[in-house]
Amino acid sequence: MKLNRRHFISASAGITAAMSAPVVFGASRPKVVVIGGGAGGATAARYIAKDSKGAIDVTLVEPTRSYYTCFFSNLYLGGFRDFDSIGHTYGKLANDYEINVVHDWAVDVDSNNRNVSLAGGGSLSYDKLILSPGIDFVDGSVPGWDLSSQNKMPHSYKAGSQTQLLSAQIDNMKSGGTYCMVAPPNPFRCPPGPYERVSMVAHKLKKSNPSAKILILDPKPKFSKQGLFEEGWNKHYSGMIERIGPDMGGKSVEVKPDSMEVVIDGSSEKVDVCNVIPAMKAGKIAEIAGVTDGNWAPVIPHSMQSRKNDHIHVLGDASSQGDMPKSGFSANSQAKVCAMAVRAALTDSKLFPAKFSNTCWSLVDTNDGIKVGASYEATDEKIAKVSGFVSKTGEDAALRKATYEESLGWYSGITSDMFG
Amino acid sequence: MRLFTVLFALMLVASIFLNVGLHNVSATEIVGGEKIFKKCKTCHQIGAGAKNRVGPHLNEIGGRVVGSVENFKYSNSLLELKEQAIRWEKPMLDKYLKEPRKFIQGTNMNFSGITDELERKKIIEFIWQVSESTQGSSVQENSLPEEILSIAGDRDYGEYLSSECATCHQASGKDEGIPSITNWPVKSFIIALHAYKNGNRKHPIMEMITKRLSNEEIASLAIFFNSINN
Ligand SMILES: Cc1cc2nc3c(=O)[nH]c(=O)nc-3n(C[C@H](O)[C@H](O)[C@H](O)COP(=O)(O)OP(=O)(O)OC[C@H]3O[C@@H](n4cnc5c(N)ncnc54)[C@H](O)[C@@H]3O)c2cc1C
Ligand code: HEC
Ligand code: HEC
Repeated sequence: MKLNRRHFISASAGITAAMSAPVVFGASRPKVVVIGGGAGGATAARYIAKDSKGAIDVTLVEPTRSYYTCFFSNLYLGGFRDFDSIGHTYGKLANDYEINVVHDWAVDVDSNNRNVSLAGGGSLSYDKLILSPGIDFVDGSVPGWDLSSQNKMPHSYKAGSQTQLLSAQIDNMKSGGTYCMVAPPNPFRCPPGPYERVSMVAHKLKKSNPSAKILILDPKPKFSKQGLFEEGWNKHYSGMIERIGPDMGGKSVEVKPDSMEVVIDGSSEKVDVCNVIPAMKAGKIAEIAGVTDGNWAPVIPHSMQSRKNDHIHVLGDASSQGDMPKSGFSANSQAKVCAMAVRAALTDSKLFPAKFSNTCWSLVDTNDGIKVGASYEATDEKIAKVSGFVSKTGEDAALRKATYEESLGWYSGITSDMFG
Repeated sequence: MRLFTVLFALMLVASIFLNVGLHNVSATEIVGGEKIFKKCKTCHQIGAGAKNRVGPHLNEIGGRVVGSVENFKYSNSLLELKEQAIRWEKPMLDKYLKEPRKFIQGTNMNFSGITDELERKKIIEFIWQVSESTQGSSVQENSLPEEILSIAGDRDYGEYLSSECATCHQASGKDEGIPSITNWPVKSFIIALHAYKNGNRKHPIMEMITKRLSNEEIASLAIFFNSINN
């Protein structure tokens, strides 16, 4: 077996590694800067720091001190999780993995000089830059809505205060009122996400406000796990949920945040809560860094390296890579391939073939869990699906319960894989 | 060494007679037992078609000679008890489940034990009941050819491959809804992955994951997960 430089480096990074660094790596350790401490970024930072055992200097830039996961934020809306249980901090990444965690916004990337500017005035130089900034919304995709309306009509598609706001609005809805969701067009983060949210809102309303209605305005003719969701809605929430697809006007929707109206194909309707999930694009910093092509940032599947810049990698929702859905699981999976490739480029650790996988669980009602998943490989053209599976309609209650319990195991697994 | 085990076995038998004994438990307590058995399920199967996993199947455990399931690789500690024809009875199992590695030193059962006495009672009643209803129904693990079991894996490659698993199976070995896969005997691990790969064990995720793993990749994962210490 080939000897590997990293075997010579002390496992307890810090001082030992810093002392041995000049001998092994020349003047200074290679620098990796990661922008975004979410599913993609936190995982990439942790794996590079963990596996390079101090040989690479890793900085993670993330404005928030507590990252609230979008995954399971719907379960919070349904009353299955408390808010604190979906919040995570960066203490372990900083202390146990010696990652420099910088709580700030990256505002500019000078890719010629390989330098990132921060909102607080600082700057960071890099050998490799990893961008995992998640999503931003496409201006004007829902006429009448922009970011200044997000307190009246929340998107709750970045978790945190938006999620709490939506939850409070649902709690305060008048008896028999209407919760309306303006669903996003493809591609968007978490394909089953809006429909799991509808299930969780229905679960809550069934108990607290049983005569309330749910209205989905959907620009897409079909959606992820549709048969499974509709089976569950008929079973658990019969008569409560109405979905208007593109053929009936779901594609030409305008909103009026001040009067809490939605205009569907010209006819106006009053609603009580309006959850607008606009069209999405890569987080703005990807565009600023010059790695986007249209709304998303194209990448080379074998390494998640940008097709536009050799020293930048893009992970997760912001990337356009092929067949993988935009999910936390996918971002986490891509981060490990990226971490392996970045280490191989900066040290002489081995380069292995890229393997990706994804599974997305959704909760329809208490102990009624469903899932969809697939494995993927890197081809020169795209990340391509190898094989997959999906839950079936008519499964027995025990299997659905086991599926839900698995999702709890996964949540603990992925969050410890991200944050240590 | 031998003397020690004989002494130990005597102490073990003595301790059984000193035990106050378990009272008869009600049906609801048995129902509770099935739930608690989840703690064992990571490693043991019971009931019709039960196979050896990390641990031996537990069918007909009531009165079964310790360490006697064929084709299961027991620790020497259990094999020495087998030689003395010691059988599993409720009070002895109660002690084993309370503190496995204290009660039978050198056992491979990598399980921290159940401190709650009632929980132990429930679980034992459950096992006993299922055990009686499954006389003769256990089957042997589909055995793999020795050349697959003895492939030498590459630990570094295993470490990289393991990153795919860590999204669900925690590197710390914690089980919060998805079984722990750290510190397994290498061969049991290989057998478990091939069971999914061959479709002998059904689970959509694990079948998908293993379908594209080569025999060498499975061997590499087995050594890596065996080597994590937690
Ligand atoms: C309701 C809902 C339910 C979901 N459920 C699931 C699920 O069950 N399973 C699943 O796998 N996925 C789920 N997802 C999808 C998942 O949350 C995303 O796909 C995942 O978070 C993407 O990871 P990311 O790293 O690309 O972005 P994110 O996790 O969003 O992380 C981006 C981070 O970058 C930071 N950032 C952005 N710009 C900058 C900047 N300029 N400077 C510094 N930092 C910046 C942000 O603060 C943020 O923390 C769900 C999403 C939603 C909305
Ligand atoms: C981490 C895996 C693991 C878990 C969890 C576990 N066991 Fe075990 N168990 C084993 C192994 C391995 C052996 C064989 C021990 C040896 O050879 O020393 C074993 C042996 C046994 C035996 C003796 C079998 C025989 O043939 O002599 C019994 C009985 C048993 N376990 C019951 C349980 C019960 C009940 C639980 C749950 C409360 C449990 N075990 C949890 C791995 C496990
Ligand atoms: C998407 C989540 C997920 C991923 C990724 C995953 N597993 Fe699993 N694994 C599971 C679940 C759920 C089970 C329980 C399946 C069952 O009940 O048979 C399981 C079971 C197992 C078992 C048998 C456990 C037992 O107690 O018998 C082994 C061994 C295993 N997985 C190994 C792996 C390896 C190795 C990988 C990576 C190559 C991996 N798994 C990736 C979810 C996952």
